[in-house]
Amino acid sequence: MAFDIGLAILVLGVAAWTIAARDTFAAVIGFVAYGLLLALVWVRLAAPDVALTEAALGSGLTGGLLLGASTRLARTQGSAAIDKPSAIIRRAAAVLCTLVSAGLGAIVLLLPEPAPTLAPQAAANLAATGLGNPVTAVLMAYRAIDTLLETVVLLLALVGIWSLAPDQLWGGLPGRRYPVDRDGVLTFVAQLLVPVGILVGIYIFWVGSIAPGGEFQGATILAAMWIFATMARLADSPAVSRRWLRLVLVVGPAVFFAIGLAGFAIAGGFLAYPEAHAKLLILTIEVPVTLSIAATLALLVGGPPERALR
Amino acid sequence: MTDATLYGLCGAALVGLGLFGLIVHPQPLRKILAFNLIGGGAFLLFGVVARRGASAGLDGDPVPQALVITGLVVAFAATALAVALLLRLFQETGRATLRSDDSQP
Amino acid sequence: MSLALDVLTILSVSTGAFFFLAGTVGLLRFPDAFSRLHALTKADNLGLGLVVLGLLFQAGGLLAALKLVGAWLLALLAGATITQLIARTARTDRSTM
Repeated sequence: MAFDIGLAILVLGVAAWTIAARDTFAAVIGFVAYGLLLALVWVRLAAPDVALTEAALGSGLTGGLLLGASTRLARTQGSAAIDKPSAIIRRAAAVLCTLVSAGLGAIVLLLPEPAPTLAPQAAANLAATGLGNPVTAVLMAYRAIDTLLETVVLLLALVGIWSLAPDQLWGGLPGRRYPVDRDGVLTFVAQLLVPVGILVGIYIFWVGSIAPGGEFQGATILAAMWIFATMARLADSPAVSRRWLRLVLVVGPAVFFAIGLAGFAIAGGFLAYPEAHAKLLILTIEVPVTLSIAATLALLVGGPPERALR
Repeated sequence: MTDATLYGLCGAALVGLGLFGLIVHPQPLRKILAFNLIGGGAFLLFGVVARRGASAGLDGDPVPQALVITGLVVAFAATALAVALLLRLFQETGRATLRSDDSQP
Repeated sequence: MSLALDVLTILSVSTGAFFFLAGTVGLLRFPDAFSRLHALTKADNLGLGLVVLGLLFQAGGLLAALKLVGAWLLALLAGATITQLIARTARTDRSTM
């Protein structure tokens, strides 16, 4: 309990520093630290799958995205100072936010006892899905339609980002060309670490059916390894108009949707699995979805095309 | 007070902190950061509900946990789109501000 | 036996935490980037090594122990790379000032 109090105070302290820091770069570093501490909180809340996702996606990829943006926007730091709201607005905002926090805190303290829960039903039907991890069962079997729509939302965000390219760069290569690493430090580490990282990513995806892990966590690690390889100039981003890239992006949701439609024929409902083949079908969905999501996440961090197609 | 309630109060405080940062900071990138803080706090509230639902041999209700995973992924996608919009605004106008400039024709 | 292991764990983790504290004091008090990097890498790598050593006594089996050591080696590698990159950037920044 004392550890939890200390951790909660630390999380709030780092979050307060993220808000209060003058320099945007410092605030982003604070945000990355906050994300890692939040992953610890998730472990204490007995949610290791969420902890993995928060550490990899919420802290890692989001931190990388925001760091890149803050360096590009560094020149605009000073000019926004004239837009700072007056002291009255700041005080009113503080009062409003305290009220909101107090309201949410009251809700937390007044949560119903005994707590309503779907855990018994989730555990009872776990054997029918052939999985050992209840969170993966929820994501891929009980609420599979949410996961299907989530992959589509990721694709839509990517399309939105790509559509921001200026006309002459349409269909070009996303992200900038990183400078050549003359001393070879980054190249050496990337050559060492990227194969290990790919292995770890595939392992975390594979073990997600019986232990904490899953396709989103594994896909995030694979995406991070790709981004690392492009930073070390071991690979370059493909142009967004390449057909094979678009195929890789779409194959996951497409297979998911197809198996969902097939569920009408073989099990009597959209995304229903026949009990004998549930694990096999879930695996058939998960492999292309992991690939697609890894590519989508890497391209989301890359941003709109910035170099024209030659 | 159980740990779950403690982290729930922490999440409530995070939402308030994030909302304050969203209102008070003029730079859009700081607003995006504050928005992510609000998201983190809201997900912690889900986590409290999940933890309190521990039963039938499980340490937590898996349904809210799966909702949080989905929420984290979608929040990342939204942040990526917001950052791309901001960088494009900066490319086009040379300034990263949400204020419309009255001096431009 | 387990009491002895617990005592060793507490000793190692406390020493590791002390090294982390020393590294952070160095980060806050040293005048320029290079000395700060020096303080951070030396203290943090040793601190993490001691914490991992302390946790090894509590690890349940060879595989968990190997994973702990693997985590320490990865942190070592990442820290060394980042330090190199930061130091190089600091040197080019200084030479262009």
